[in-house]
Amino acid sequence: MAAPVRGMIGSTSIGNTTSFQKKTRSKLVSIPGTRPSVQNGQLLVSSGVSSLDYVIGGGLAVGTLLLVEEDHYDSYSRMLLKYFLAEGVVCGHELFLASARDHPDDIMQELPSPIVDDVAGMKISEGQSQPSDPENPDTMKIAWRYQNQPKVQTALASSVRFGHYYDVSKTMEPELRQAAKCHSFYQLQETPVVTASSPLPSPYHSLLKSIQTVIRKEGFDGSTPQSKVRNVLRLGLHSLGSVLWGDDVCCKDNPAHCHALTTFLYILRGLLRTSLSVAMVTVPSHLTQNRAVMGRIIRLSDTAIALESFKGSEKETNPLYKDYHGLLHVRQLPRLNCLSCEVPDTKDLAFKLKRKQFTIERLHLPPDLSETLVDVQMGFTVTCRILEMSQGRAPL
Amino acid sequence: MFPELNSILNSTPDSFKSSDFILVSDRRADASFLIHHHLSFYLRAGCKVCFLGLVQSFSHYSAVGQRLGVSLAQAREKGQLVFLEGLKNSIGVILQEDTSQETQPLSYLRTPGAGLEGLFRFVESSVRQSGDGDAGESWGPPVLLIDDLSVLLSLGVSVGAILDFTLYCKATVCSELQGNMVILVRCEEEDADDDEEGSNLLQRGLVHQCNLALHVEGLPTGYCRDIHGQMEVWWRQEGETICNRRKIFHFKVHDKGASFFARGTSSAVL
Repeated sequence: MAAPVRGMIGSTSIGNTTSFQKKTRSKLVSIPGTRPSVQNGQLLVSSGVSSLDYVIGGGLAVGTLLLVEEDHYDSYSRMLLKYFLAEGVVCGHELFLASARDHPDDIMQELPSPIVDDVAGMKISEGQSQPSDPENPDTMKIAWRYQNQPKVQTALASSVRFGHYYDVSKTMEPELRQAAKCHSFYQLQETPVVTASSPLPSPYHSLLKSIQTVIRKEGFDGSTPQSKVRNVLRLGLHSLGSVLWGDDVCCKDNPAHCHALTTFLYILRGLLRTSLSVAMVTVPSHLTQNRAVMGRIIRLSDTAIALESFKGSEKETNPLYKDYHGLLHVRQLPRLNCLSCEVPDTKDLAFKLKRKQFTIERLHLPPDLSETLVDVQMGFTVTCRILEMSQGRAPL
Repeated sequence: MFPELNSILNSTPDSFKSSDFILVSDRRADASFLIHHHLSFYLRAGCKVCFLGLVQSFSHYSAVGQRLGVSLAQAREKGQLVFLEGLKNSIGVILQEDTSQETQPLSYLRTPGAGLEGLFRFVESSVRQSGDGDAGESWGPPVLLIDDLSVLLSLGVSVGAILDFTLYCKATVCSELQGNMVILVRCEEEDADDDEEGSNLLQRGLVHQCNLALHVEGLPTGYCRDIHGQMEVWWRQEGETICNRRKIFHFKVHDKGASFFARGTSSAVL
């Protein structure tokens, strides 16, 4: 059951009612790493990248599916998947990782390490790296008024912040990684089950069965007694639709299983809606010949974004794009429990991957056309930027 | 229920055309707000509504209905609303191989090639239940709402089977029981030679059958934050007039409704 903002009513009522309970007067169930949305009261989790959270309306709603269309070399989409999983580790959520190409353990070992706030505390704990006062390394010389304050907790064991930053050049410590519970599904090691009666091919069917088993066993659908602490399950499914999953939608014009991936996404969304879980699915859309199938896949997911990296294309040398690594297209934003959806003010977004941050920025400012008053000064700057962009010069 | 849309379509919950087949379609936009409008409209009018919710859960419609002033949970309890939970029940059909009586409407998931007869039997039994003797409530003419029909294409059902299903429903609901039908179909880009079994084929077939078509698209000039798209209304004329009426409006969807205005008269522009 998703978004349990109604609180602990009783396990029977949770089994009967469905997901997306509207925020009511009763007390909020707080799960670490989540927060309610300001627009419609949905329970949100962070995707690991704070600028992506902003672009998709505050975060990923629990019970929804995020579709990421991969870039050509699958570098940035894989990075987004790792951010998503790393955020799950830091917040203490449970993880489920399924992949067909690389072993899930390899992906888990590459997770970026979180950036800790209290740098001074870390250095003191390391010891030799800094020349300190020989008698008493803990005395403060400048901020002596804070000497008697309690030390800030540096361990990220139960972080309640929403959204963290990660250092891509370092990998996450094994202790931190192993503290998180991770279920994995590696397609090449699964024994194929003959399911003659199911319209789904075997890999997708076994993946769905595996996801359902985890949800049931760990009680994400509300079937366990109330004593267990609630948690969110993060599902990361890598490169669905590729040939290694037994699907030929990416290599043939008229695939034999053209409905396999769409049926899979339909059932997956059903599973997500009835449990406390979030899924991020990456799909190599640049390999599908059939644009209509891609349109259907986008409509079957809730939030859909596409990454287009400049590597290897002629855009790499375009002076307009020299500060960025690629373009980010927002294909679809969900309407959850309300009529309107999050409307971004511009759809021209570009991303760049820095060591400590994955930033998403507006490439052009939109025309100054809104119902609210706009500052005259800002309007002037907007026009200047647009003129410069159109003349091919880099902005100020 | 959107008051501006009621005035455009010239209908109110107290007086609306019966035996009407309304097709709501969209292309690269989201027309589901029109389904919410029709749901609240017909519940207010006191009709018996059969809703096939194939893509969203019941609580989604219930939450939106709350904002529009109707209580779906209450309507379901009283028997005015019959809701088919497509998403939730389909898990059982595919993963557990559940073949009980309750999952008969979703039999197309198991055998997509066999057609939608199970679904039609469900619709037929729901709309024919009138005068149960339960509370003595007699509802108005039955209404069938489907959200959305094109997802069946993604699940492997053929266009021909879907068109057969809508013909059967039209014959039962519109012609026999004098009720209304509202169907949502979502299309993709026009691909000339590509997809024989595409949603465009389905939409064309349904436009041929319907009385009123509402087509929602994005603005042809590009993305705008304050105008969410344009809606084309097409009426099929019966009688002496030969030409069919067609009008285009721009719209903006709010939290509690949608506002419709003539092209170029958005308050953002004026």
